[in-house]
Amino acid sequence: MATVIDSSDNKSFMPDEAAFKRGLAGRQTRGRVWQIFFVASIVIALLALLALFFNVVNSSFGLVASTFQVDPDSIVEGGDFAAASTEELAAAIVRLRENPAKVLVRDISAVPTNEFTTRPLNDVLAGRTVPEGLGELTINELTPEQLTSVVAANVSRDVLLTYIADDLVGEDVLETFPLIDSLFNRGTIEAFVLEEFGGEEENIEVYFRSWLRPSFIVTKQSSDPIATGVSTALLGTVWIVGITVLVAFPIGVGAAIYLEEYSTPNNKWANRFARLVETNIRNLAGVPSIIYGLLGLAIFVRALVDITSGSFLGFEGNGRTILSASLTMALLVLPVIIINAQEAIRAVPPSIREASYGLGATKWQTIWRQVLPAGMPGILTGTILGMSRAIGETAPLVVIGASTAIFVDPNGPFSSFTALPIQIYQWTARPQPEFRAVAAAAIIVLLVLLLLLNATAIFLRQYFRRKLQG
Amino acid sequence: MTQNGAYAFELKDVNIYYGTKLAVKDVNITIPNQKITAFIGPSGCGKSTVLRALNRMNDLIIGARLDGDVRFGGQNLYEPTVDPVEVRRRIGMVFQKPNPFPKSIYDNIAYGPRLLGVRAKSMLDDIVESCLKGSYLWDEVKGDLKKSGLALSGGQQQRLCIARTIAVEPEVILMDEPCSALDPIATQAIEELMRDLVKQYTIVIVTHNMQQAQRVSDFTAFYSIRKEAESGGKENRWGILAEYAPTERLFSNPASEETERYIRGEFG
Repeated sequence: MATVIDSSDNKSFMPDEAAFKRGLAGRQTRGRVWQIFFVASIVIALLALLALFFNVVNSSFGLVASTFQVDPDSIVEGGDFAAASTEELAAAIVRLRENPAKVLVRDISAVPTNEFTTRPLNDVLAGRTVPEGLGELTINELTPEQLTSVVAANVSRDVLLTYIADDLVGEDVLETFPLIDSLFNRGTIEAFVLEEFGGEEENIEVYFRSWLRPSFIVTKQSSDPIATGVSTALLGTVWIVGITVLVAFPIGVGAAIYLEEYSTPNNKWANRFARLVETNIRNLAGVPSIIYGLLGLAIFVRALVDITSGSFLGFEGNGRTILSASLTMALLVLPVIIINAQEAIRAVPPSIREASYGLGATKWQTIWRQVLPAGMPGILTGTILGMSRAIGETAPLVVIGASTAIFVDPNGPFSSFTALPIQIYQWTARPQPEFRAVAAAAIIVLLVLLLLLNATAIFLRQYFRRKLQG
Repeated sequence: MTQNGAYAFELKDVNIYYGTKLAVKDVNITIPNQKITAFIGPSGCGKSTVLRALNRMNDLIIGARLDGDVRFGGQNLYEPTVDPVEVRRRIGMVFQKPNPFPKSIYDNIAYGPRLLGVRAKSMLDDIVESCLKGSYLWDEVKGDLKKSGLALSGGQQQRLCIARTIAVEPEVILMDEPCSALDPIATQAIEELMRDLVKQYTIVIVTHNMQQAQRVSDFTAFYSIRKEAESGGKENRWGILAEYAPTERLFSNPASEETERYIRGEFG
């Protein structure tokens, strides 16, 4: 390159051309080193994420070795009992377990239990369907075919299926295997299972099991790893996050509007007060969540028990409810929402406000019609962050008193509850290895829920952004 | 607040402060009705400050303060009983950088009337059409009123801002260097529009462009800077109204030497 400026002047700081070239090469090299560092950072982050996914997926799918009291493939002809008709299911139960089949009838009978076997079917099934010609017989006088027809006519298909899956099959998991081994070392696993359990157990089967299955999501919690589900914890989390957002969003945005728009900067003391509040909010964002849990325990669970237990509306119970958990979570995520909403409101161009005021808008009209719509994408970003935090938090819920053994789905703000992270922790802490596979499946459910909620919020954010850009 | 007499604004002994700093001192000026009055002067002379004092836009700036009299149609705008919201509805403003709302063209113009509670679609439609026609924008955008105001060119955006301003039927339009961000062709369109608008409105325009002041304005006010050494080597500067006359006279026969030097382009 030709020298444009004459550097022969001794006062010039410019190096001569050779020195300049050397220096330039050095400067470029430094840039490239930094670039490598940045790429490496991303690669490390991605690897960590991949490791997490791998670990979870590896545990939630794979071979299991189970013993069965009855081989599930032998229950009905064709093997798949889940697809069989009511009559086939009833016949199978009667064939394999005659007395439990009678118990199924007893569960719906109209007479006292001790008279069940001595009274005629017309009395036992009063108001229900009695197959023709059997009305005068007692249940013990029926032939298996006749019993089958009684069961098929009176017991619902769902009850029969549940009975077969939970009791008749009697699956007991001996060992679970991770996905990678299951895919590539099936032979070794089968040999291992035969050697290990072949002598002492009967009806051993090694089969591929996806612990994450539709029934896992809609089934309540159970102490049997085969039959347990995540619906209790899933609904608990959805309720908590829903109420948290409903409470924290308006309060957080309201506080941000006050701090940014109304905290009267012309008044020295009001101004100092606002700055003090702001500083404290920023500090609150860093307070450990367990402390919020203790706060929630003192305020919502104890002091406000009449409200959080719902007793003022006639509900019964203590303050360890979804409402208490949601209010505590709302406190926890408020600083995040406030700080982000403040940034979003501050970032609205002053020219838009001026234009609005210039047309004779009042302060509130300007805030409502210009500032909030323009700031909404940023406000929603903060809400997404807060929501993600609320989904994942465990410590405050433990302090508030989430029940770990709860077998009823929550049905409102005054229910006792458990939540996904707590359920996952509880499952991983169990001694049976099957529960670790169950926990892995629950982790996938949690991640998918997180993704779905975030996707909704991101969709909303993009919607507002598009609306602004026209 | 009704307009009467030949003057829209009468300013008497107006001082404007930002915090403790004096920005403009002793402004006395009368601005006539249905004329274009231009404010010219070097950067920092306070011409925009005075302009923004005319519709209490300075109220939005933290620490801004005014003493003296700013009368609009005889009414002092800075009396405690006067609501700045009403002042700004009657005295509209067009800003230096075109600043349409991030909304459709239609909603930009309907914004002002909606603030006042106009809801009827047919009435809003009429307002939008007449304002767009009034700002020479109708033929360019009539096919697509749903388009975002931000999708227009700079000159179109500024005309949209003017249309938006006249939609609330102000009596005065203040323009703060409305053409400084525009190319010459767009500037020409705005200037033509101003000559047309002045048949109905009083216009006050701040401009850096002396040719523009000469072309469009009826009266010109020249603002200048006064300074005073302060202790500690600092300097105090404030703006004053240096000369005010009909445009033709001010440019052909300025009373002071300072004005003459400024309009010849020797400083500023």
